[in-house]
Amino acid sequence: MGTTLLKKVWDLHTVRLLPTGQTQLLIGLHLVHEVTSPQAFDMLRLHGRGVAFPQRTWATVDHIVPTDGQSRPFRDEMAEQMTAVLERNCREFGIPLFDLSSPDHGIVHVIGPELGLTQPGMTIACGDSHTSTHGACGSIAFGIGTSQVRDVLASQSLAMDSLKVRRVDITGARGRGVYAKDVALAIIRRLGVNGGVGFAYEYGGAAVERMSMEERMTLCNMSIEGGARVGYVNPDATTCEYLRGRAFAPAGSAFDRACAWWRSMSSDADATYDDRVTLDGSSMAPMVTWGTNPGQSVTVEELVPSPEDEAPGHRQAVEEALAYMGLEPRCPIAGTRIDVAFIGSCTNGRLSDLRAAASVLKGRRVARHVRALAVPGSRRVGKAAEAEGLHEIFREAGFEWREAGCSMCLAMNPDRLNGRELCASSSNRNFKGRQGSPTGRTVLMSPAMVAAAAVAGEIVDVRTMLPEMEGA
Amino acid sequence: MSGPPDSRVTQVSGRALPLMGDDIDTDRIMPARFLKAVSFDGLEAHVFEDDRCAARDQGGRHPFDDPRYQGASVLVVGRNFGCGSSREHAPQGIARWGIRAVVGVSFAEIFFSNATSLGVACVSLTPAEASELARIVERAPETTVTVDLAARRVHAGARQWVMSMPASAREALMTGTWDATVMLTADFDEVRATASRLPYIIGF
Repeated sequence: MGTTLLKKVWDLHTVRLLPTGQTQLLIGLHLVHEVTSPQAFDMLRLHGRGVAFPQRTWATVDHIVPTDGQSRPFRDEMAEQMTAVLERNCREFGIPLFDLSSPDHGIVHVIGPELGLTQPGMTIACGDSHTSTHGACGSIAFGIGTSQVRDVLASQSLAMDSLKVRRVDITGARGRGVYAKDVALAIIRRLGVNGGVGFAYEYGGAAVERMSMEERMTLCNMSIEGGARVGYVNPDATTCEYLRGRAFAPAGSAFDRACAWWRSMSSDADATYDDRVTLDGSSMAPMVTWGTNPGQSVTVEELVPSPEDEAPGHRQAVEEALAYMGLEPRCPIAGTRIDVAFIGSCTNGRLSDLRAAASVLKGRRVARHVRALAVPGSRRVGKAAEAEGLHEIFREAGFEWREAGCSMCLAMNPDRLNGRELCASSSNRNFKGRQGSPTGRTVLMSPAMVAAAAVAGEIVDVRTMLPEMEGA
Repeated sequence: MSGPPDSRVTQVSGRALPLMGDDIDTDRIMPARFLKAVSFDGLEAHVFEDDRCAARDQGGRHPFDDPRYQGASVLVVGRNFGCGSSREHAPQGIARWGIRAVVGVSFAEIFFSNATSLGVACVSLTPAEASELARIVERAPETTVTVDLAARRVHAGARQWVMSMPASAREALMTGTWDATVMLTADFDEVRATASRLPYIIGF
């Protein structure tokens, strides 16, 4: 009987069984950022502990950085202090930091794979729920809290309960205008925002096999929105080719040996799973959320649901979400007026995302009433986009072209919604108040759909704007 | 291995605060602007801040502002409580406000492990039982609610229910080993030995 990648990686990284019944799991790569780490470093100091493996730890500053000019000191004193504290902690404990002066700076989940720090068969932890992103490379990557950041710093390991594995197959070929984001939202719609609790999601099937690495990152990134702390794709030729030549990836003959080992970590063909789910990728359409969690979504062709059509236990939640969003039941979601368009984040802030949006924007203009932001996920992504002239397309269309950071995904920097503004957003969460205004509204969609909405000034099916031969 | 006796959590008893509704995310529990800090100090003041303001604006009162529930040590919630962001600031705020146990239908995984690592017990009842507990507390806020980890029971007045929780978290709380650092650093040679068999650490 075959074994899953999760089990192989788990066994290889098991230090010992703890008295609580949990596994002490070695963490091969620890990524640190400014928001969830300062208290962890303080706890180390309080107890006179050091960092066990500073050479397996890397840090960046992403959540709180402004994207409209990154010279220091920041205007926001607290952002400046948080950055300074991270710098001090990294210096004191010998941890390399990709700070704002580094060409490798960016969102932690963008730079990990981009630099080749993220590799197949690794265990990865970071004090951020979207750490699941790294599973795209065939690693087992956990989002953790600050106490666990302290644990990893102190011991390079975590106390973990074992996970079940749900195989999620996406069959068929995706249609034009249907992106990895749409697949992710379709999965969460089907399995629910808590359907993945206790599971790692192993994504496979023809549609996933054909995805680029960046698409797989989007898919794995959204695992946590479906309740799954871990999501991964088995390493294949696409994975190996992606990692070839990356700064921290093995080089020369070591690369070939690494590739062989990486691929050996894939789930066996006869692996058994705790659960299996199959979705038909060829019948998917562009998705948009209508509510206040990522499971509350419809295709762009559908109507907003009505509380009356829901089971009694769900009616109130639907009513509340619609009231917050200001949407009428049984109205088409297409045609909903937007105020802001945001392209970026660890979900959709990579080069292919910017290309997809730019292909829609080329030769078009953002609607007069829409404020539009394009924010590359890393400095390297920004530079690569500029080398292709994408920034000019964004600017000519009326987008602001910004510097790398988490930006408007989460309201910890100057990029935020005002009042009840409604934002078409390529980010990951449409929670109440998520984008910085307690009454602000978020509609999640793919970057191409955001670009289309920015142009139309309202939610619109991107397929009506795609050039003939393009699309996913 | 057990921790010092004062870190053992076997039972939490006190008044309760009902906060029903499913999928309450950590952005609502602790809005992101309060994460702009380098310590957890003072977070108790900002628990559910935006929801509380919204309730006031609509002429209502959020349970966390309801004088009847002040001083509660048990929080009663619905399904998938604490979903979303991994911010420990959410359970930190709740714990600093005075909550020592959360009784709910289910919990998001990262929230659950964060709460456990602070010594806050998260235990589950069925949806009907959690709703009944919330109704009892709403009707009679003075009711003492007891979460008894040893007996695996939740009591409220004359009512009691069998609770569920992962065995490892129960064990960690009851033996006082919920702060995992001590366990994890106990045998560093084993950590090194594990690292030394990983090709990506020793080199391909």
